[in-house]
Amino acid sequence: MIQLESVSKRYLTKKALKDVSLQIEPGQITGLIGSNGSGKSTTLKLIAGLLRPTRGTVLIDGETANRRICRRVAYLSELDSYYSFFTVLETVDFYARTFSDFNRVKAEEMLDFMKLDRMQKVKHLSKGNRGRLKIVVTLAREVPFLLMDEPLSGLDPMVRSSIIKGLISFVDLEKQTVIITTHELQEIEPLLDSVILIKNGVILDQKRVEAIRRNENLSLSDWMVEKYGD
Amino acid sequence: MAQPFNPSVPIYLQLCERIKNRIIRGEIGIGERLPSVRELAIDVEVNPNTVQRAYRELEETGIVEKKRGQGTFVTENPAVLQRMREELKTRHIMLFVSEMREMGYTELEMLDGLKDFLTDKEE
Repeated sequence: MIQLESVSKRYLTKKALKDVSLQIEPGQITGLIGSNGSGKSTTLKLIAGLLRPTRGTVLIDGETANRRICRRVAYLSELDSYYSFFTVLETVDFYARTFSDFNRVKAEEMLDFMKLDRMQKVKHLSKGNRGRLKIVVTLAREVPFLLMDEPLSGLDPMVRSSIIKGLISFVDLEKQTVIITTHELQEIEPLLDSVILIKNGVILDQKRVEAIRRNENLSLSDWMVEKYGD
Repeated sequence: MAQPFNPSVPIYLQLCERIKNRIIRGEIGIGERLPSVRELAIDVEVNPNTVQRAYRELEETGIVEKKRGQGTFVTENPAVLQRMREELKTRHIMLFVSEMREMGYTELEMLDGLKDFLTDKEE
């Protein structure tokens, strides 16, 4: 389980998170939703141990999240974070050497599933294929927690669909927990068990997606608009 | 890309409906195996937990049966399937009647209209 206890994060003078407490249940896909600059990515990076909270604690199964938590957490960055001079295959090799939990067989299966050319250089890949490759190297890690920062943003519908299908095919929810930040709600909604809505560094609400539909008769995007107000 | 869902109804219930409709239309036969949870999840692009929930729901109503290590199968019990057909019929009739009422048609008008429509079609 992931726990944030009274977590605040300040970047110089800007408060990105304000006294946030929340729990994320295992075995689920949770969406962290909110507008740009609301604190989604900051929250994800704190859980990944890539940032340190200004105040409060972040616990992953009871262990404080710091740089060493990467043994248990795979983090997909919003940015391109690999060497552009590598080929697709060299990128996979690099990840396999870096992470002992990397499942080479699964990675190969995913390369086929995503129809990626192993010999192509990363810098020559289309934006969509770079997005697909990021998913491959993240999902090939057999870790209990998968964090994905905007895996669909800026990609065309075909690529988004293949990424969603890839995610469903290769995530094992009996052993893994997934957190996705996104503002593309429509496509991601059927994928989510629950959502955390964040605005200006404050958690507005945390709910099961099914409860939103059943109790409030709202789709996720309508719910978000209603909760967000102005 | 997957067929979109109605935004105000839980997805697992909509999945149940889709599966029932496919059984009634005969697209999935009696005693036939349903796709695995993951297969269906990938196909319609939903969370595997949601598909699991839909299968559990169908299992509770007796429409499908889980066989250990083999998967989920449509029941071979004709009574259950008959009941499901009846339920679907009743629901569609209710929908039709309530819409007609809302527009101010009497029951007699509905019956006559229906009879005329069906005889016209036969000729």
